[in-house]
Amino acid sequence: MGDALKTLPDFPEISMSCADTAYNKTGQWRVMRPAIDAAKCSRCGVCWKFCPDAAIAFDGGLPRIDYEYCKGCGICAEECPRACISFEFEEK
Amino acid sequence: MHPGHLACQGCGAALAMRYALKALGPDTIMDIPACCWSVISGPFPHTALNVPVYHTAFETAASTAAGIRAALRVLGRERTTVLAWAGDGGTFDIGLQALSAAAERNDDFIYAVYDNEAYMNTGIQRSSATPYGAWTTTTPAENFKQRPKKDMVRIMAAHRIPYIATASVAYPEDFIRKFTRAKALKGMRFIHILAPCPVGWRAQPQHTIKIARLAVRTRLFPLLEIEDGVRWRLTVNPANPRPVSEYLALQGRFKHLTTAQVESIQESVDRNWGDVAALAGAAAVGAAPPDANAAADEP
Amino acid sequence: MAGPATAPQTEVMMGNHALSHGALRSRVQVIAAYPITPQTQVVELLSEMCASGRLAAEYIKVESEHSAMAACIGAAAAGARSFTATSSQGLALMHELLHWAAGSRLPVVMGNINRAMGPPWNIWDDQTDSLAQRDTGWMQIYCADNQEVLDSVPIAFRVAERVMLPCMIVLDAFILSHTAEIVDVRSQAAVDAFLPPYAPRWRLDVADPRTFGALTEPEPYYRLRFMLEGAMQEALTHFDEAHADFAAACGRRYDAIECYRHEDADLLIVTAGALAGNARAAVDRLREEGLAAGLLRIRLFRPFPVARLRALATRARRLCVLDRNISFGAGGIFAQEIRSALYGLPGAPEIRGHVAGLGGAEVTTDMFCDMARETARASSCADLVVWKGLRDAPQHSA
Repeated sequence: MGDALKTLPDFPEISMSCADTAYNKTGQWRVMRPAIDAAKCSRCGVCWKFCPDAAIAFDGGLPRIDYEYCKGCGICAEECPRACISFEFEEK
Repeated sequence: MHPGHLACQGCGAALAMRYALKALGPDTIMDIPACCWSVISGPFPHTALNVPVYHTAFETAASTAAGIRAALRVLGRERTTVLAWAGDGGTFDIGLQALSAAAERNDDFIYAVYDNEAYMNTGIQRSSATPYGAWTTTTPAENFKQRPKKDMVRIMAAHRIPYIATASVAYPEDFIRKFTRAKALKGMRFIHILAPCPVGWRAQPQHTIKIARLAVRTRLFPLLEIEDGVRWRLTVNPANPRPVSEYLALQGRFKHLTTAQVESIQESVDRNWGDVAALAGAAAVGAAPPDANAAADEP
Repeated sequence: MAGPATAPQTEVMMGNHALSHGALRSRVQVIAAYPITPQTQVVELLSEMCASGRLAAEYIKVESEHSAMAACIGAAAAGARSFTATSSQGLALMHELLHWAAGSRLPVVMGNINRAMGPPWNIWDDQTDSLAQRDTGWMQIYCADNQEVLDSVPIAFRVAERVMLPCMIVLDAFILSHTAEIVDVRSQAAVDAFLPPYAPRWRLDVADPRTFGALTEPEPYYRLRFMLEGAMQEALTHFDEAHADFAAACGRRYDAIECYRHEDADLLIVTAGALAGNARAAVDRLREEGLAAGLLRIRLFRPFPVARLRALATRARRLCVLDRNISFGAGGIFAQEIRSALYGLPGAPEIRGHVAGLGGAEVTTDMFCDMARETARASSCADLVVWKGLRDAPQHSA
């Protein structure tokens, strides 16, 4: 959190936001890592639907997990109707 | 809603916000009292939310929203949706007075409570939304919560407001449909969302949706709508209701309960369901009610 | 911005209605208020003005003063000029949100009728309620008559909207709130020339979505507080400008400290509010007796006009301060602030602090004369507080 202000050119006049949270790469929180098996995936979009971090992109094709922000909660793996998302310890 | 927000892994409240904003769109002004979302949205000067947001004091979700709406009316910006977004503490407890007043006045805004059933932001202390049997830091297992969960749906129904709904993060289509419907209405609209909290419920983050689904499938948390406080309708009627023990078993906050205590919970779930079903004119157990808007029980 | 002086429009009204008329002339847009004696007439008249369409404002009938201030904050944040009024218990209930309005840098204006804090229940004149809020970041104006009450509303909005800080207009319970005086309400055009529409730089706006008031780390919070204090200090200059412009627009000149026969005074009575009327009469009587007395009436209390007080006070040998309030353990509040403002000033006068009139207990011109004579004659001014007007109460020990 200490880096939050350093990204700003000027200190705002009042207590208001001047930028989004893109700087905060919550992917670093991960202990477990989900991974979609492209061969088994039916492109149903359930994983995208249930991600609390909106970290899965889906436009009808293969969903893509954004590992910069994925916190590794495992909901996608749990909810996938085809059980095609693995959920393993992150290898650093 | 941008990624990079500060919600815990598997947070039901984060998902709730995602669905709510998807339904309501950018022409929305939100106020947030003290709650998890006071922190989730990110530290100054960053924000995860792409609508105007006013962080406000704990009791004031409804009173601040009333002020925002009044200003928008005077300034000729009536189309904008005003949303008060609060946790259970700021709704069932400290914010109840202001909420009741806004409802009594039929103020024109949507009040959404994401209910994680305790004061989670301050470290899992009990609220009046905490259900019977739950462990919290102020209701330790030796003296777990004895009193039942406060029934906000009936309290709000007594105010005869235009629209009340319950929603679950496990039923996104139902959730979004209700917010979309609320957006088109005028007057006071109250939506009670069950938002599981893995940390506070002592559950695994990956089970958040499973738990939220079981809450509905066990009929513990009926998904319904109420118009004008008197016309009740179920939007999901589980055809094969699951025993509440399946819901409780996934959450460490209930692990100290005896079989007898679990049975008493089942009895109160059944009793409440019977009352709700009767009010809704629906079959006590059965297929989806004959309503074009109702969703079939989702897997 | 000065405008032409227009003809007066005189009416007879109580102080509470003067507040309502001030709000009407200021074209307030959102009012959220809760009734409390002795404020009720303020909001009743505003209610009538809104219902008849005379005032184009939204009126939210909230269920508590806490909600009243919350609604004003929400409305001001969304870009509407907001107003409320309260007193004692109601003001105390708002306390948390007084901090919030100032910290949010919102120009909410509020009338506060000075009424004693309970328990026990007491509805009469006492300044402790508003003074107990002096640390919240609100500007505070103390009025001595109903004309000043009415005029102070547009003045307050103008300064508040320049420095983005809220402002409280304070008037005495019953002595002003319920006492009818002749008041010039002026024309809407004259006040419009003085007070432009509220156009904040930052507001809740879907075209420029921002989050206000998010969790803030220590260093930036500290900086934001520093900026708030900067705004409070700038307000001194804005009040001077506003007072000058208001005089040009409506013919009445106010000052941060109002003076009477002060220039050659050996002893200055210092007080605030309607009691200044008694103090004025006391000054005249003392002068006849040969005591060179004068009066300083503190109108602007926050920001405290330190430089102005220092300039005015050095002429006198002694100050006789009358507080109709108390900060238990530290004496009368005006006396504390005056001592603090004058500390270290070469040639600073000695200060004798008096407390009288709490809970509406009587304070007479005779009492002012007594206090002044005692102050002039006292061998020292070392006491923290001298209590006046108590009947049959034993002295405090030590």
